Amino acid sequence: MPSLSQRARQSDAAELKAAVDNSRPDKRARVSLHLRVALPLLIIILIIAFLVGLYVGYQPLSLAALKTDPIARAVFFRLRLPRVVMAGLVGASLAMVGAALQALFRNPLADPFTLGVSGGASLGASVAIVFGLGLNLVGVPFIFIAAFVGASVSVLLVYRLARSGGGTMLPGALLLAGVVLNLSASAGVLVIQYLASYGRALQILRWLIGSLDVVGFDLIWKMLVFLVPGWLVLIAHARDLHLLATGESESAASLGVDVRRTERMVFLASSLIVAVTVSVGGAIGFVGLIVPHAARLVFGQDVRVLLPASFLLGAAFLILADTLARVVISPGELPVGAITALLGGPVFLLLLRRQQRYSAL
Amino acid sequence: MPSDSSTTGVLIQARDVSFSYSSLHAVIEVSLSIPRGAMGALIGANGSGKSTLIRLLAGLLPPGSGEVIFDGASLSTIHPRERAKRIAYVPQSTSNAFPFTALEVVLTGRSPYSGRFRFESSQDEQIALGALDALDAAHLASRHITELSGGERQLVTVARALAQEPDVLLLDEPASALDLKHRTQLTRALRRLRDERGITILMITHDLMLLDSAADLIFAMKCGRLIASGAPEIVLTEAVLGEVYDANVRTMRSDGRTFVWSEL
Repeated sequence: MPSLSQRARQSDAAELKAAVDNSRPDKRARVSLHLRVALPLLIIILIIAFLVGLYVGYQPLSLAALKTDPIARAVFFRLRLPRVVMAGLVGASLAMVGAALQALFRNPLADPFTLGVSGGASLGASVAIVFGLGLNLVGVPFIFIAAFVGASVSVLLVYRLARSGGGTMLPGALLLAGVVLNLSASAGVLVIQYLASYGRALQILRWLIGSLDVVGFDLIWKMLVFLVPGWLVLIAHARDLHLLATGESESAASLGVDVRRTERMVFLASSLIVAVTVSVGGAIGFVGLIVPHAARLVFGQDVRVLLPASFLLGAAFLILADTLARVVISPGELPVGAITALLGGPVFLLLLRRQQRYSAL
Repeated sequence: MPSDSSTTGVLIQARDVSFSYSSLHAVIEVSLSIPRGAMGALIGANGSGKSTLIRLLAGLLPPGSGEVIFDGASLSTIHPRERAKRIAYVPQSTSNAFPFTALEVVLTGRSPYSGRFRFESSQDEQIALGALDALDAAHLASRHITELSGGERQLVTVARALAQEPDVLLLDEPASALDLKHRTQLTRALRRLRDERGITILMITHDLMLLDSAADLIFAMKCGRLIASGAPEIVLTEAVLGEVYDANVRTMRSDGRTFVWSEL
């Protein structure tokens, strides 16, 4: 039986050439080309963002002071450097989770924030703050475990709500489920704050607003223990996510993807990553929405390119957003979540408008 | 790869296959065989279990009881990625949330052949373009899938299935979104695939007029059961079709073809 490849080779060369010419020339082998261009470019952007984040601040960085002044050195190595690294880690994590969830749900508006995953994590963390922030369970802070439970419950709930009533998931149903979850979670947080003591309530509020303030690298090492496995799981499923994004879950299944397993692994990894970022920096919205779409504009739709691209671009984005938050009302500070939300809201509305063109919400 | 002795035998076979969705018995004790290189059609009223049966044959659903045999082996023992190299499935409809190009969508048909962390080679790309070309759809390659008409999108989905270089092509109402021109084009392309490449085809269809010139075998389902199967002239009769569709079906033979309509 002549295979298709043999036929393609044997087929009239002119015919094939015409077919190739019809597709734009830059489409040839574009995928691997894109990754080869994307990675160095994004790494350069990230390095620039990193240097800007290190330089800009209440007091601009001075290399001379760094050499001579032990206080300047301490401020730089114990405060500014860890903070920039923290912003990078949180931004990279949220952006990659956003790209993965968009592919998994086949919904360009999906993001840890819009799906209510961050909300669930916030509720879990608020409960933890009220009932004793200092508790540790085998070295893991209780607040993180509670946030993880909250995030996992939300992602499963939103999935069930959007799927109930049939195999296919309507994009509108998914977003509505996310909105409802977010509202319920914030109502829960409000009730907890109302009932909690004044001090605890303030603590919850400060924490909900979120900040990337960090002293030293201890916390960062602890975060990495959970983040790195989450990142690896997402990257390992990049191909399966790509196959899910290009069609229906049934098409992906017929191409050999174990859809249930992919869903479980991506949910687990996403909940873990969101729980870590929310536990540390509060609910920073819209990073997972803006960054993957910015990456799409430049590098196309391929999820295997989008995941690493969103990771690097997300790090650069949140470093710059946090730098802005630090200097815009200097010497005071804006919450970085306010910056991302101010940027993210309009982007969400723009995407919503575009989305309505090709699928009924 | 199949041995030469089996090239004329049965390629895919259902043995007493049943499947239920919680309380609904969708497919009840269906047995059928499709010979290698045959083009089969699956007909039946809406909700008669056709789509469930074709998913069972594609290995997308595990049979509740009974067994699907593919090329002599139980389908459930074949790894999904190996299965994807031999059996391609075209779902009834596809929704597309992201503006992938048609070529990118067709290229995903090559994924069973490449590793988890590898991108498609230029050879894969040629195969994908060849698949589009086989359906006279090469001009769609660089168009965004979200901008295509329903019929064009259906052609792209069939092209993806072809890019899998399968032995069997299972299609769930491939022509439902197509106008007469595209429907004829698709049916002609499928027949050509059977003739030139020996691909075995089973498609669900409501288009009885195209059947007897295109299909070698027709399977008729009603309420989850297979109630008739055989050559077009055996199945396309007033008695069988009347029972399948619960309608007053009339047939007429002319020019060696069967014409089917229903009386109100």
